[in-house]
Amino acid sequence: MSAPSASLAQGASAPARPAKRRFDRKKWAPYIFISPFFILFAVFSLFPLLFSIYLSFNQWEAASGVEAMQWVGLDNYKYALSDPWFLRSLGNTVWLALASGVPQHLVAIPLAAFIHNSFKRSRNLVIGIYFLPFITSSVAIAMVFNTLFSRDYGQINVLLEWCASLPLVGGLFPAESIDWLGSSLFIKPAVAFVIFWRYLGWNLVLYLSALQVIPKDLYEAATIDGASTRQQFWYITLPQLRPMIYLAVTLTIMGNLQLFEEPFVLVAESSGVSQSVMTTAIFVYKTAFSSGDFGTASAISWLLFLIIASTTWVNNRIFSRNERREAK
Amino acid sequence: MKTTRWTAYAMVAIGALIMVAPFYFMFVFATHTSAEIYSLPPPRWFGTALLNNLELLQERLPFWRNIGISLYVALMTTALTLFFCSLGGYAFAMYEFRFKQPLFTLVMASMIIPSFMNMIPTFMLMDFLGWLDQPRALYVPGAAGALGIFLMRQYIGTAIPKDLIEAARIDGCGEFAIYWRVVLPLIGPAMGTLGLITFINSWNNFITPLVVMRSVENYTIPLALRSMQAPNNTEWGALMTGAAIAVLPLLLMFFVASKRLIEGLTQGAVKG
Repeated sequence: MSAPSASLAQGASAPARPAKRRFDRKKWAPYIFISPFFILFAVFSLFPLLFSIYLSFNQWEAASGVEAMQWVGLDNYKYALSDPWFLRSLGNTVWLALASGVPQHLVAIPLAAFIHNSFKRSRNLVIGIYFLPFITSSVAIAMVFNTLFSRDYGQINVLLEWCASLPLVGGLFPAESIDWLGSSLFIKPAVAFVIFWRYLGWNLVLYLSALQVIPKDLYEAATIDGASTRQQFWYITLPQLRPMIYLAVTLTIMGNLQLFEEPFVLVAESSGVSQSVMTTAIFVYKTAFSSGDFGTASAISWLLFLIIASTTWVNNRIFSRNERREAK
Repeated sequence: MKTTRWTAYAMVAIGALIMVAPFYFMFVFATHTSAEIYSLPPPRWFGTALLNNLELLQERLPFWRNIGISLYVALMTTALTLFFCSLGGYAFAMYEFRFKQPLFTLVMASMIIPSFMNMIPTFMLMDFLGWLDQPRALYVPGAAGALGIFLMRQYIGTAIPKDLIEAARIDGCGEFAIYWRVVLPLIGPAMGTLGLITFINSWNNFITPLVVMRSVENYTIPLALRSMQAPNNTEWGALMTGAAIAVLPLLLMFFVASKRLIEGLTQGAVKG
């Protein structure tokens, strides 16, 4: 309400102002408008990142001051690479990344195609339900799964027992209670399942958004040519989804190689089997904040970064090579 | 043909049940004592121990203060993000200036920095600034994000005609006044989406508080809940009550605005 009168008042006084000044304002305004982002980015992301490169070449204990920092060159990297725990954490990370990541896409793609084709009115409800785990706190979720996975009183074992008592198919299920989070054999699949559960909806939504832009004529033409639903999925949907598959797989690779929260909260640190889901990101945290060795921790985090970057690069190569082959 | 179709529907339904079940059990467990949760058969329907659990929760934790800290940090982050990102997005959408393209590329590139890379240096920086154990260590670094700038640029670029800005300028409106009086009132939907995303991310953030917060009084809610998890004697009932209360606001927000939220997030992932 006051806006027009105020701008009128300014308009009235405008001619008195030198024209050059107004021109300058317009020139500088955008820089001022974008500066908060760049200032915050420089102070809280870029500087810390550069500092951590420097830190990774130094020996430094958290307890002593910054003056106690000592240049050691590549020693931290050598130490990390020869540390069996680092290699084990990498193995754990890759195991969890694959076991939770591969099924995510294998389920999300057909699921998205089916929802896209067969759901009309209840569509948003179904998508919402599958997406729900993605927006909730991983800590709260991990707490619930902790009780659900419990050996003697967990709902999952109770359900499995019930399945095992069924006629005919019962033999497929384990007859004895499984100590999901307490045995080194089952803890990895259990953690991988929670991650799968949490991110399936996210991938589903990505694929659904890509399905919406596939031209309908392709399917119409295929139907006229007599192609079955299955053939349409293989020869139209999948190839058309390729760019999104590339993006979604890339996001999964980047996210899964830095897994931290789910295994960190799901498994009590003190328990013996916690080592088998200790990911590299958790190892970085422990090296820094439990052992106080910030230099080595920084070196490990840069090694992990290199692994993430090169995996993403390889993924990129694989996708672009397939594309070229297809073009031929 | 018909049967495969129904199998598919059944599988989607079973999947949906698996997605919802943990939430259901979270709320069921919140109304049971630890002893009841760990009994056979485990509870499947709501019990009567909710008030009891709430009391226990407040005994073990400064629970409402933790909720308050989380709320304060999330609201501050959201308010600052909305202001800075709409301002920055507006500049990228409506102005022509030197280095515009490289600067925008830099904004996008900042998205690929993995969050764990900043863990150690952030701790040291906060230590240096004397911000350890202070809420501002959480909301200041989170005050402007690349995703927000991107979403705002997209929305402002398509929703607001350049002529409108030019008209305001001819009327003698100052550059900031144009943003404040012309642009801001017109971008409500985008602000709503970005606000939701920012609030949820801040509320759920775990790694940064884990690294910078020190005392239980200043813990955000995910951190406070985790601190209740003891090796031997965890009060699971109280913990579930806490987890349920922490998740409830997000669930409500999601039910109100799930469509907009999902669209905003995917738009960010599928950046053109």
